[in-house]
Amino acid sequence: MKFDTPALDNPIDRTRVIGRPTDRIDGPAKVTGTAPYAYERNDVAPNAAYGWIVGTGISTGRIVRIHTKEAEAARGVLAVVTYENAGKLAKAKAHTARMLAGPDVQHYDQAVALVVAETFEQARAAAKLVRVEYAPNKGRFDLAAEKENAIKKDSQVGPADTATGDFPAAFARAAVTVDATYSTPDQSQSMMEPHATIAAWNGDELSLWTSNQMIAWAVRDTAETLLIAPEKIHVSSPYIGGGFGAKLWVRADAIMAALGARAAKRPVKVALSRPQIPNNTTHRPATIQRVRIGAGKDGRIDAIAHESWSGDLPDGDIETAAFQTRLLYGGANRMTAHRLATLHLGEGNAMRAPGEAVGHLALEVAMDELAEKLGIDPVQLRILNDIQHDPEKGPERPFSSRKLVECLTVGAERFGWAKRNPKPGQVRDGDWLVGMGVASAFRNSPTQDSAARVGVDAKGLITVETDMTDIGTGSYTIIAQTAAELMGVPIERITVKLGDSKAPVSSGSGGQWGANSSTSGVYAACMKLRGELAKKAGFNVNEAVFEDGQIRAGGRNISLGEAAGPDGLTVEDKIEFGDMQKKFAQASFGAHFVEVGVNAVTGETRVRRMSGVFAAGRILNPKAARSQVIGAMTMGVGAALMEELVVDKRFGYFVNHDLAEYHIPVHADIPNQEVHFLEELDDKSSPMKAKGVGELGICGAGAAVANAIYNATGVRLRDYPLTLDKVLEGLPSIV
Amino acid sequence: MKAFTYERANTPAAAVKALAARPDTKFIAGGTNLLDLMKLQIETPEHLVDINRLGLDKIEPTPEGGLRIGALVRNTDLAADSRIRRDYAVLSRALLSGASAQLRNKATTAGNLLQRTRCPYFYDTTKPCNKRDPGSGCAAIGGFTRNLAIMGTSEACIATHPSDMAVAMRVLDAVIETVAPDGTTRAIPIAEFHRLPGNTPHIETTLGPNEMITAVTLPPPLGGLHIYRKVRDRSSYAFAVVSVAAVMQKNGRNRFAFGGLAHKPWRVEEAEKKETAAAVAEAVLAGAHTTPQNAFKTLLITRVLTSIFAQAAA
Ligand SMILES: Cc1cc2nc3c(=O)[nH]c(=O)nc-3n(C[C@H](O)[C@H](O)[C@H](O)COP(=O)(O)OP(=O)(O)OC[C@H]3O[C@@H](n4cnc5c(N)ncnc54)[C@H](O)[C@@H]3O)c2cc1C
Ligand code: SF4
Repeated sequence: MKFDTPALDNPIDRTRVIGRPTDRIDGPAKVTGTAPYAYERNDVAPNAAYGWIVGTGISTGRIVRIHTKEAEAARGVLAVVTYENAGKLAKAKAHTARMLAGPDVQHYDQAVALVVAETFEQARAAAKLVRVEYAPNKGRFDLAAEKENAIKKDSQVGPADTATGDFPAAFARAAVTVDATYSTPDQSQSMMEPHATIAAWNGDELSLWTSNQMIAWAVRDTAETLLIAPEKIHVSSPYIGGGFGAKLWVRADAIMAALGARAAKRPVKVALSRPQIPNNTTHRPATIQRVRIGAGKDGRIDAIAHESWSGDLPDGDIETAAFQTRLLYGGANRMTAHRLATLHLGEGNAMRAPGEAVGHLALEVAMDELAEKLGIDPVQLRILNDIQHDPEKGPERPFSSRKLVECLTVGAERFGWAKRNPKPGQVRDGDWLVGMGVASAFRNSPTQDSAARVGVDAKGLITVETDMTDIGTGSYTIIAQTAAELMGVPIERITVKLGDSKAPVSSGSGGQWGANSSTSGVYAACMKLRGELAKKAGFNVNEAVFEDGQIRAGGRNISLGEAAGPDGLTVEDKIEFGDMQKKFAQASFGAHFVEVGVNAVTGETRVRRMSGVFAAGRILNPKAARSQVIGAMTMGVGAALMEELVVDKRFGYFVNHDLAEYHIPVHADIPNQEVHFLEELDDKSSPMKAKGVGELGICGAGAAVANAIYNATGVRLRDYPLTLDKVLEGLPSIV
Repeated sequence: MKAFTYERANTPAAAVKALAARPDTKFIAGGTNLLDLMKLQIETPEHLVDINRLGLDKIEPTPEGGLRIGALVRNTDLAADSRIRRDYAVLSRALLSGASAQLRNKATTAGNLLQRTRCPYFYDTTKPCNKRDPGSGCAAIGGFTRNLAIMGTSEACIATHPSDMAVAMRVLDAVIETVAPDGTTRAIPIAEFHRLPGNTPHIETTLGPNEMITAVTLPPPLGGLHIYRKVRDRSSYAFAVVSVAAVMQKNGRNRFAFGGLAHKPWRVEEAEKKETAAAVAEAVLAGAHTTPQNAFKTLLITRVLTSIFAQAAA
C-alpha cells in the first residue's frame, strides 16, 4: 500500500479498540517472569555454553600479543576466540568500530577475546587469565580541546549545515540578543536488560536469539561482519528489556556469541556485564553547543543560530543537536551547523531522541534567557514565535499538524504557571528555594516502510506476523489493537508474533517511528486481507463492514472463519511512505512544566512537580503512550541533574561505568508526573493518523528543569548535568 | 569470579578457627559488598566462612546503660529498633539514608563497617591502584576525584570510606568488639578502628587478620538533638557526597562526624569546642587537601554545619 496522499476516513477511525487504554497483552508474561528474554532462551538452545567477553585495557593502540594458553587450560573452558583464530571478519557499514579488536584497538573495553566454558563462572574466571600485551597510542579524548580540529560532516539523517537569509546581519542588528554556550556530557542508554545473545550454528546457518530493536539491520550487519549470506541468518528477539538506541545494532554479544559457537561447536550465550556496557557499546556523545538568538523588542525572533560540536571515532557520525532548531521557531535569518571531532571514546551513537534530546537542553534554555532579557513570559515568547511551516523551506512545506501553542496554553493552565514569580530566587519553602520552568518539546516524527503478514484461520482467529520489535513500548498491544479494529474482532482473537527475521520486514523500533509505521504496515496487510475475504465471500469490498467477527454487506453476513475457508487465508502487505515527509514537516510537539526545589544549603535539586501536554497525532493506546512519556520525562530529569559518563582524559575511557556511579533517577527523584494528550489526528502522517510519541517526552524535559533551577535560585547553569557543586557556586551565603 | 569453597560456621569460636585454618579465607555476612568485589576479582578468596548463623543478631542493653549490637544485626533491623530510634536517632537516620531497602535487609553491622571504598579506579582492574594492588600506583590522583577524599589523604591513596552507618557510630563513640582464634577479645574504639591510607591503603582497619567482629557497643545515650545530613547527587541509592552526623546539646557540647571526606569517618574532637559553624568547619577542615573537582566539599561542609547550628538554635 502506498501512502502518498492524506488519509481519508478509514476503518481505524471507528476507535472501538484503537485509541483505548488497553493493558499490555504481554504484561502478564513479563510480570510473572515467563516471557523469556534473550539470555533465558533455554527452550531453543538447551545445551548452550557460556561466553564471557574480555575487553581491551587500553583505548587505542595495537595488540602485541595475546596469551590464551592459561585460559584455555582452565577448568571447563571450551574455546578462546581472538582475532587470531576468529577467521576473516569485516566491519559492518553500520558499525563505526569493529566488534572484535585486533591487531588494532579502537577504544577501551572493545572485545579482545571471548572465553567459552561449560558454566558462566568458569568462563568469567578464565577470562581473567587471558593476558594481552599492548602497544598503546596516544588518543584524543577531550572534546573541548579537539573542538578546533572538528570537521564538517553530514549526518545520515540530514546535512550538517543549513542557512536561510542572512543570520550574521540580522543578529548584529537585533534589539535583544542571547549568545550562550552549553555543554552536555556523554551518556549511557542504561536500559534494564544488558545486551545478550544466544548463538547457534546449524551447518552454515546461524541463529541468533538476541535482544535487538531492528531485526533486519541485525541480519544485514551480522552478514556483513561474518561475511556470510543474509539468507543464512535467523534472528529472533521477541522480548527486549529496553534499548533506547543501544540495541539498534548487533553488538559484540551477538558477534562474539556467533564466533564462540563456531569455535565450541555448540550454542553459546553471551551477555555483556553492566560495567562493560558504557565503554564497549555505544553511547550518546557529548556536545558543546552555541546558541545565538536575536529578537525585536516585541519578542519576535529575527535571527537564530545553533551550532554543535561533538566527537566520535574516525568515520563516526555527528550528534544532530541543532536539528530541532531548524523547525521549532520562526525567524527569517537562521543557520545551523554541526562539527565532528575525532575522539577515541567508543562509538557515539543514538540514544533516545538523538540530537533533539540534548539540543533542547541548549535551545530551550537559550529561549528562557531570551525571555528574561525581553521581559516577556517564557510561555508567551514561545507562542509568539510559533510557525506553522518549515521556516527553512517556507510555506510550501507546512507542518502536517502542529499544536505547540495549544500544548503551551493548556499546559500553563493545568500546571498553574500564572503563579510563577518571574523574578528568580523569591519563593522559599523551608530550606528549599522553589522555582518553575517551561520548555517546548519537539521531536521529528519520521516514518519507515513496514510490512506485515496477517492471516485468519477457519475459526476466525487472526495472526499478525512482522519483524517489528517490542522494546517495552507496547508494540504487541497496539498491533493487536490495530488488527482487532480493522478485522472487527475483539483483541483476544488476535495473536501477534514479533521480532523474528522470518517475518516480513517492519520499520523496527527506533527514532520514535515504530508505533506509527509498524501499525500502518499492519493496516496495509489487514486492508488487503479484508479485500480478499470480501471477494471470496462475494461482497463488494467497499460496502463490506467488518464487525463482531462477521463481514456484512447487502443484508448478508458471514463469519470471518467461514469467509477464510477451511485452510484459512493469509496475506502480506507493506506500507510505503512515498514523499509525504518531503511535502510536510512531520513532528510531534509538547510543553513541559516543572517545579523544582533547590536546597538553599546544599544546592541539591529535587523535582517537585512535572506536567506535560503533548500532541502526537492519534494516541494509539493512551496507557502505553503515557508510559512512554513519563519514562522519557524521567530520562530528561536524569539528563538535567545527574547523568554523565565521566571521561578520564589520561586513560581515555568512561570511568563511572556502572549503575552505582553512573546515576540515573530513582523513584525517589521522580514526583507525580502529569501527562495530558491533546486530541489530534494527522492525516498526512499515515493511515493511522498517528505520530511518534516514544522520544517526545525527553525533548525539553531537562531544559524545563534547568529553567526551573534558574527561577528558583537565579543561578544560570549551562554545563550539564546540573549537579549540586555547580549550583552551590552561585548560591548566596546562608549565614 | 574465582572458584571458592564454602562452609558455614555455627559458633563465633568455630568461625575464627575456620578463618585461621586456611589462607585466603574470608567471612561472608550479607555478602552485598564482598560478592560484588569477588565477581570483579578485586577480592579473590579461596574459601568463604558463612557467619550468618552465629546468633550474633541481637541488640541487648549493656550494664553501663548502652546497647550492644550483634555483628550480624541487619541494617534494616538496627534502624528500626525502637531503642535506637529513641536514644540514638542519628544512627537510625544514617542507616536509612544508605543504599536501598533490599541492600539494607542483607547488610550487616560488621559488614557495613568493613565495606570497601567506591573509588572508581579501585573497581577497574585494568588501572593501577595501591589499595587493590599495593605498589601499583594510584590512578585516581590526577583523574576523576570529585567524590574522593580531602582529609587525611596520602600520596598513595585518596579514597573515602563510603559508609553512612560508621559516621553515626563515630559521633556516638561506638566500640567494636572482636574475638581472635585463641579466644582473646578486644574492644576497639571506633576512632582507632579505621585507618588513614598512609603508605598502606590496602590495610584499612586495625582488625587483625584472623579476628572477627562480634558486636558494636554504644555508650549510654547522649541525649541532645540528633541530626544526620547526607548530601547526595540523587534522592536515594547514592553514596554521600558529604555527610554530617551531629549531636547538638543545649550546653554547647556538640559532636560532629563527617562522611565523604576521608578514608575513615572524620571527626576532630578539638573542633567541637568552637562555638560557631564557621569556626567548627575551619577546625575540622584544617589541612584539607583538595582538587579542583572536590574543593566544593569544604564549602558544602561549612554550609551544612551552618544549617545544623541554625536548626539546633531554632
Ligand atoms: C549499590 C549499593 C549502594 C550502596 N549504598 C550505600 C550507602 O549509600 N551508604 C552506605 O553506608 N552503604 C552503602 N552500600 C554498602 C552497604 O552498606 C554494604 O555493602 C553493606 O553494609 C555490607 O554489609 P554485608 O553484611 O553485606 O557485608 P559483606 O559483603 O558480607 O562483607 C563485607 C566485608 O566484611 C567482612 N566481614 C563481614 N562480617 C564480618 C565480621 N563479623 N567480622 C569480620 N569481618 C567481617 C567480610 O569478610 C567482607 O570482607 C551500598 C552497597 C551497594 C551494593
Ligand atoms: S584513591 Fe586509593 S582506591 Fe582509588 S585508585 Fe588511588 S589507591 Fe586505589
